[in-house]
Amino acid sequence: MSLASQVSAVVRMNVKSIGQRFWPSLSTVVAVMLVVLVLLSFLAMANGFQQTIRGAGRDDVAIVLRAGATTELNSGLSRDQVRLLGEGPGVAHDANGDALLSPELFVIADGKKKATGLKANLPLRGIGAAGAGLRDNLKIAEGRMFASGSNELVVGRGVQREFENFDLGSKVTLGKSQWVVVGIFETGGSVFESELWADLPVVQSLFNRTAAVQTVRAKLDGPDGLQKFKDYATNDPRLKLDVLSETQYFSDQASQTSGLIQYLGWPLAIAMAFGALAGALNTMYSAVLSRTREIATLRAIGYGGFPAFVGTLVESLVLAAVGGCIGALAAWIFFDGLSATTLGASFTQVVFKFEMSPKLVEQGLVLGMAIGLIGGLLPAFRAARVPIIAGLAER
Amino acid sequence: MSDTLIRLAHVEKSFVKGKEKISIFEHLDMTIPRGDFVAIMGPSGSGKTTLLNMLGGIDTPTAGEISFDGQRIDQYNERQLSKWRSDHVGFIFQFYNLMPMLNAAQNVELPLLLKPLSASQRKQNVAAALEVVSLADRAKHYPREMSGGQQQRVAIARAIVSDPQLLLCDEPTGDLDRTVADEILAMLQLLNKELGKTIVMVTHDPAAARYAKRTLHLDKGKFVEREELAA
Ligand SMILES: Nc1ncnc2c1ncn2[C@@H]1O[C@H](COP(=O)(O)OP(=O)(O)OP(=O)(O)O)[C@@H](O)[C@H]1O
Ligand SMILES: [Mg+2]
Repeated sequence: MSLASQVSAVVRMNVKSIGQRFWPSLSTVVAVMLVVLVLLSFLAMANGFQQTIRGAGRDDVAIVLRAGATTELNSGLSRDQVRLLGEGPGVAHDANGDALLSPELFVIADGKKKATGLKANLPLRGIGAAGAGLRDNLKIAEGRMFASGSNELVVGRGVQREFENFDLGSKVTLGKSQWVVVGIFETGGSVFESELWADLPVVQSLFNRTAAVQTVRAKLDGPDGLQKFKDYATNDPRLKLDVLSETQYFSDQASQTSGLIQYLGWPLAIAMAFGALAGALNTMYSAVLSRTREIATLRAIGYGGFPAFVGTLVESLVLAAVGGCIGALAAWIFFDGLSATTLGASFTQVVFKFEMSPKLVEQGLVLGMAIGLIGGLLPAFRAARVPIIAGLAER
Repeated sequence: MSDTLIRLAHVEKSFVKGKEKISIFEHLDMTIPRGDFVAIMGPSGSGKTTLLNMLGGIDTPTAGEISFDGQRIDQYNERQLSKWRSDHVGFIFQFYNLMPMLNAAQNVELPLLLKPLSASQRKQNVAAALEVVSLADRAKHYPREMSGGQQQRVAIARAIVSDPQLLLCDEPTGDLDRTVADEILAMLQLLNKELGKTIVMVTHDPAAARYAKRTLHLDKGKFVEREELAA
């Protein structure tokens, strides 16, 4: 009990003295803040990207790719294979008995970004009649769906927001062909909002890809639908195709890019953390030095070294916590919901939002507190070992 | 209880500096009776502070015995010395050594935090100690808001708050002007007379030494003991 009151008295004293060394203390706070801010900006970017891509996927939709293909772009299926897939087990059917299956073709078109005025890749997806129904939360926000057989486009909300001339009614040239925007669709912020959709046969013919299909999306008829469909599509000698749930496919795609963002962010933040650590050490050593006589006086009165140790450590942790919290708060204010585009795995622009989460903030604070802990530890040992006689002689 | 509070016998103290051995005391004997008020004078470097530090258990002799109330404190380890200091010794320094972040009452409370006392008991003792040094009305003031004399009175309150028998003062008036110094010295004298504190005070100032019951002159590690006559 008396140790606790000694420690709390010294801690109170040290924390109050932070204001006395205002500038060095502030520099530590700012350094920790910047580290946390930078780390969180990268983590929020990676997280937002991953959420966007992963959010597009459904568990009850299978995506079929050529064996060994890792993305839609390097996949390709024949017309016969598409037909055979429609006859497979595990696939759901509509009221008319037609398989809920969407063969899709994915071509790269050009768009001009509003922000930079530069050209960027835009994915144009030709979808089958069942295609729209396979997307979650699909909403035609403006206008209507394209009519089959016509050169009409529906445009994802993200594309309309980030690219020039994709508003309702706009006439657009893609490749060598003319299109009309008849609708704007939303899918709850998922990756599809970065796409243009049109009728598959029209895309095939206007882009001279007659009968070519890259992927097939199929609605599954139950929890074991995926396994049945997969067994069929991988084992049938005429197929030998890869089947994944759409969720799995997207999360594979997202993890590469978001991993890359994280692998940039962490080393940068850690390099900065070393700089902040040097600053924190310096601040705390000078704090201990300036308190030498006070510490020695307490020791003469009968205090042990432990209160001085804890007091110094807590002071350092307080500085780090203040910096970390400001950094996290600033990151949340500036970065959460910030819209960005980046190259997705298919070399097209993906529109996504930075997304903060308590878990990321926790990681940022852990890094910040680690700076405070390590930066306080060595000076705290020094404080605990202030020699009484020499310390009292200090002026 | 014997009349002797502190006894030094054959005390030797030396420092090793590089290859050199600096000897400060080769053979020091000294007896301080309970209730004494001793002034220690001597030229700079004669070992006054070193002696005071040994009496207060923050320095230990290289050889020889120091006993306090019959207990061999020279044989205590650091932990025991810490505890012993908090029970028996109050320190008063030339530059007061108050904690700038704490107000007068909080400074005075510091030694009490080492004791198993309740917050209200501590508050009572702090108030009583501040009363003794006539600073009850300054309890909430911070050191920077007080004069040197007031700060030294806070330091005295801190030294006596846990009721130690021994007060050790190293140049307690070295930083104060005459009038204020006299105030402080009168206060120490009062603590000696009324509360029976045993006081050892190092000073350069013969006028200060006159407040003590006797003065010891230290020179080259040896005492020249004599009754100090009123000049
Ligand atoms: N840690 C140490 N290492 C080496 N020498 C020391 C140490 N502490 C004190 N000394 C020496 O011991 C001698 C006595 O020092 P001390 O501080 O006791 O003198 P003093 O009488 O208090 O002097 P002053 O009047 O200047 O305060 C001095 O020569 C000093 O240099
Ligand atoms: Mg001295």
